[in-house]
Amino acid sequence: MSTSATRTLAPRLSAALAIFVVMAAVPPLALAVDDPFLMVIASRMLVFAIAALSLDLILGYGAMVSFGHAAYLGIGAYAVALGARWGVTDLLAQILLGMGMSAAFATVTGAISLRTRGVYFIMITLAFAQMAYFFFVAQSSLGGDDGVALQARSTLLGLPLEGDQTLYYTILGALVAIYAGLYRLTLSRFGRVLKGTRENALRMQAIGYRPFRYQLVAYVIAACLCSVAGVLLANLTEYVSPAYMSWHRSGELIVMLVFGGIGTLTGAVAGALVAVGLEELLAVFSEHWRLGFGLILVLVVLFSPDGLTGLMQRLGLRAPGLRNDGEGRGDD
Amino acid sequence: MFNLFLLQLLNGAQFGILLFLVAAGLTLVFGIMDFINLAHGVLYMVGAYLMATFAGMTGSYWFGLLLALPATLVFGLVLEFLVFRRLYDRSHLDQVLATFGLILMLSEGVKILWGSAPLNVDMPALLSGSVPLAGPLQYPVYRIAVIAAGLASAVGLWALINHTRAGMLLRAGASNRPMVAALGVDISRLFMLVFAGGAMLAGFAGAIVAPILSVDPGMGESILILTFVVIVIGGVGSIRGAFLAAILVGVVDTVGRTFGPIWLRMVMDPAAASQTGRMVAPMLVYLLMAAVLFWSPTGLFGRKGAK
Amino acid sequence: MNRTKLGAALMLSVAMAPAMGAAETLKIGILTTTSGPPAVLGEHARDGALLAAEQLGMVGGMETEILVVDAEGKPDVAAQKARELVERDEVDFVIGPIFSNVMGAIAGPVTESAFLLSPNAGPSVFAGEGCDPNLFVVAYQNDQMPTVIAKHMNDEGIGDAFILAPNYQAGKDSLNGFKSVFEGTVTSELYVQLGQLDYQAELAQIAAMQPSAVYAFLPGGMGVNFVKQYDQAGLKSIPLMTAFTVDETTLPAEQDAALGMLSGTNWSPSLEVPESQAFVEAFEAKYDYVPALYAAGGYDAMMLIDSAVKKVGRLDDMDALRAALEEADFPSVRGKFSFSPNHFPIQNFYLAEAVQREDGKYATQIVETVWEDYADTYVDQCKM
Repeated sequence: MSTSATRTLAPRLSAALAIFVVMAAVPPLALAVDDPFLMVIASRMLVFAIAALSLDLILGYGAMVSFGHAAYLGIGAYAVALGARWGVTDLLAQILLGMGMSAAFATVTGAISLRTRGVYFIMITLAFAQMAYFFFVAQSSLGGDDGVALQARSTLLGLPLEGDQTLYYTILGALVAIYAGLYRLTLSRFGRVLKGTRENALRMQAIGYRPFRYQLVAYVIAACLCSVAGVLLANLTEYVSPAYMSWHRSGELIVMLVFGGIGTLTGAVAGALVAVGLEELLAVFSEHWRLGFGLILVLVVLFSPDGLTGLMQRLGLRAPGLRNDGEGRGDD
Repeated sequence: MFNLFLLQLLNGAQFGILLFLVAAGLTLVFGIMDFINLAHGVLYMVGAYLMATFAGMTGSYWFGLLLALPATLVFGLVLEFLVFRRLYDRSHLDQVLATFGLILMLSEGVKILWGSAPLNVDMPALLSGSVPLAGPLQYPVYRIAVIAAGLASAVGLWALINHTRAGMLLRAGASNRPMVAALGVDISRLFMLVFAGGAMLAGFAGAIVAPILSVDPGMGESILILTFVVIVIGGVGSIRGAFLAAILVGVVDTVGRTFGPIWLRMVMDPAAASQTGRMVAPMLVYLLMAAVLFWSPTGLFGRKGAK
Repeated sequence: MNRTKLGAALMLSVAMAPAMGAAETLKIGILTTTSGPPAVLGEHARDGALLAAEQLGMVGGMETEILVVDAEGKPDVAAQKARELVERDEVDFVIGPIFSNVMGAIAGPVTESAFLLSPNAGPSVFAGEGCDPNLFVVAYQNDQMPTVIAKHMNDEGIGDAFILAPNYQAGKDSLNGFKSVFEGTVTSELYVQLGQLDYQAELAQIAAMQPSAVYAFLPGGMGVNFVKQYDQAGLKSIPLMTAFTVDETTLPAEQDAALGMLSGTNWSPSLEVPESQAFVEAFEAKYDYVPALYAAGGYDAMMLIDSAVKKVGRLDDMDALRAALEEADFPSVRGKFSFSPNHFPIQNFYLAEAVQREDGKYATQIVETVWEDYADTYVDQCKM
């Protein structure tokens, strides 16, 4: 357990800050090297960083390995499509809509899923996500699995989210806000109970907490935050399809998170940035980029038990503080 | 109508046995070694590709099968030596990440070696053709052979685990690894054997379904999720559970999609019934899994409190 | 900048004459799904387009740069790569995609400042209200293929049919397209699951009903499974006619099981058009597999670009290029080829039979022409 909060947290926070500062510098840099498209790639990285971050709350801190988290990415995206159809174009309103739908779905499915543990939890969350997926595939009015193209991006407080730079900073703003919120949340009593439950649910019960409530609330919060990523993803691609919530996507979110290192928040952000960036980079060299990507994943696991966070530590780039603030690597 | 219903029950059971063949190796490795192997589906695919290659080279299904099985076994052992044995003591998440990486690598590797177009495996003359059932209904002989192979594997595994010394050690190793090791049993060798057995079962499944299913780079992925559904419904590590769950999944899926729309039409108008039926049919397997886990959170035959 | 243009660029530099002074460079992006399980269709389209570029040397008489990009089968990734091609690499044309859902994601970004030429996907929305001045579908409209089979069944006097397709948008469109033309009774309309492996249940229903014919739309691995199991169930006495189920991408696995089965198509390697025969010969010599209609679509798309750019002679006049594209003045491997006002093709459709060629390879062979100069039915809804 992270007993000395001040010692363990400072480096982790500064690493995250460094990432955010670097990412904030992307648009001017992209314009300086006359390659504005870098912004679009970076936007995608940031969107998935939000999604991975939200997953870290339940997977890293709560040891709830959800294999259906992409469902909320999809629900968020469909909130934009539905909002636009109903004449709601404001981003914040759409985020509220996406959160509302996600919260409803997550409350019901989470309550059922939390009856199970371990691999059974993994598979029951998958089951619910698949149901959501097939529900949207069956909606002919929303294009079924062909998806639906958006007429325009959302508006923010009456102003259209036009231009890549505006959207980029909107996404970055959302990421920083969510990171800050989750950072505080994980340090709060709520976060400590959640971590305690991860380590030993019985003990928490014995000292008077009801783990179920905390886990369910965390599950719903994570779902809502992931739907924000979905709203932003839909705006980025101006297109919505059930493919956003396929089980492959849920798997990729887990991969990004574990790749970065779980239970540190910063690892989630780093994992998503590096994984999306790597995919982009490797595809430059060969159509067989999956071979290289797979190899990297295997090597990271074999040689760096805590993902990228662990790797950085080993390379001596960071003080020990960047390590998990809980010893358990979140084994289910 | 009733005859057709019975036939669909049979078809469902038959599809279930097909699923069991793949699921058996997975539940064994998972249950005994506590190792989540997402790459199990890829081993199944490799089995089918090796089968296609060897059957093509020798011109004979039987020689192909004879060569493909040891080849998959060797392939499994190489993987075990290079990667898996380093993962047994790691967290489930690390196992997921590494085996996910292996899926990407091996699927792409298969594409590089064999191309992305699907391959063909000819059916042996001995097992081709159909036997007549009632009226115009016929049943392919090869399917009967698949059912027989599935049942034989189920019985063989059950006997191996419950009635042999090796099986006893496996059960002991699964519940208390250090104790078994302290008694002088080479646990890592035991695990290697389990893994090799699991890999060969997957390869065997891939090889024998090759003549009835498409051999393509997506075949491992498309069966992986269903396989996990089966072992989770059955309860991880339980061969008996996997067998029953596989049949259950096969029957629910098959009967649901064929008779579901008919039953729905009895309670709602045809247009709505068809719309609802189409939406619900692909969810059936997942509804089944969610329902089973709701009533019995560790599957039908899972150990209580087990991982 | 340098993505997988390696193959194409290297190859072209050999064939290319020294650059002519400060002439413009023609940039073409090829965006199809070439990784992951459903890669085979995208590879056909890509290889067809690259073959055309290689034969032309300088596409449109200009120095040519070709960027080959993988859509990965994910709409959001494809949307990003499409923007990358258009905004960063400033390509003039994009050839792609294969899948309808990718089409929905990339059409918007590409057509803002470049031309999109589809070698395969042609969903109805883009043929009707959603038609776009900068979108040209070189292949066909999705609803047309099933009507070929329906028309053939009408001609044969087949009074009842059993029809099935996967439970997704293209599957629904396919069965609706079939029903819009078929004059007999549809005895059963079945939706199977996407990616379904085992068809024993459906086959039992077919055996029990004994329809006069079966129409199936089951692309990719689903088709391979279905066709093999259909044969094994001893049902071949009931004619199985298909669209996108028996073609050169699936025949290597279906082989004898598919022999004699009929399918609707707009092209087959056996088509007796000189351009087509030369194309098939060159394609097989270079890639060592039999091209399917996707390859023909990719090849024609590149040839169409060539014709339009040659005619206009410059790349900055999009209106002139569009007019030149609309003329479709290129040697199509499909013989007669022209565009409707909605930029979808008017062409012949054929009934093709799966055969084993003399060299042992399996391919489709045209049996008869079902529709002549056939245009899609959405053209009236298109206003541009």
